[in-house]
Amino acid sequence: MSIEVRIPTILRPYTKDQKTVEAAGATLSAVITDLDANYSGLGERLLENGALRRFINVYVNDEDVRFLGGLDAQIKDGDSITILPAVAGG
Amino acid sequence: MSLEISRAFVDAILEQSRAEYPDECCGVILGPAGSDKALRHKPMLNAAHSPTFYEFDPKDLLALYREVDDNDEEIVVIYHSHTETEAYPSRTDISYAGEPGAHYVLVSTRKEIAPATEFRSYRIIDGVVTEEPVTIVG
Repeated sequence: MSIEVRIPTILRPYTKDQKTVEAAGATLSAVITDLDANYSGLGERLLENGALRRFINVYVNDEDVRFLGGLDAQIKDGDSITILPAVAGG
Repeated sequence: MSLEISRAFVDAILEQSRAEYPDECCGVILGPAGSDKALRHKPMLNAAHSPTFYEFDPKDLLALYREVDDNDEEIVVIYHSHTETEAYPSRTDISYAGEPGAHYVLVSTRKEIAPATEFRSYRIIDGVVTEEPVTIVG
């Protein structure tokens, strides 16, 4: 099972500068666990107290995961996940 | 480290700030990947519609990054306005800053200094704010 994950510039230090990496998992949560196993520290940059960080946006095939069940979002082989930092401030 | 930007973009951003008052306005200026040249102005919607917060809509954000990728561009400038306070990054601005390669531009159109305005640029990397000179051309 292979899922493509697009990594934003700010997180590329964790992926040895790779823009796209492969991951596996049946849910977003499982994919993040898999990512963290291969790219140590990445999980903590995406999660806080077991939830997706407020300033990180995650999309599965162009759909915001907030509308797909968040960390429980179902992922299948061939899906493409995009991670982007929110552009926001005060 | 400095930002070079055309007079037309500066004027357009200040105008957008006034037009969207009292809400903060926001947007980006794009340029060819790796160029650090601010060439294509793209105002964005402040999905927060707030005088104290701005946020690109998540859908717009994805579309923006797709467009930037497809055109082989980069986000050179990320700007927003402060309508009541100084053009200096707030704590929230610093905690959200997620583009280490971008120039973070803050404009202020607050009343106390009118008709003067502020247009300032910063790098925000790992929570550290560094102001940089702005050269306005054309």
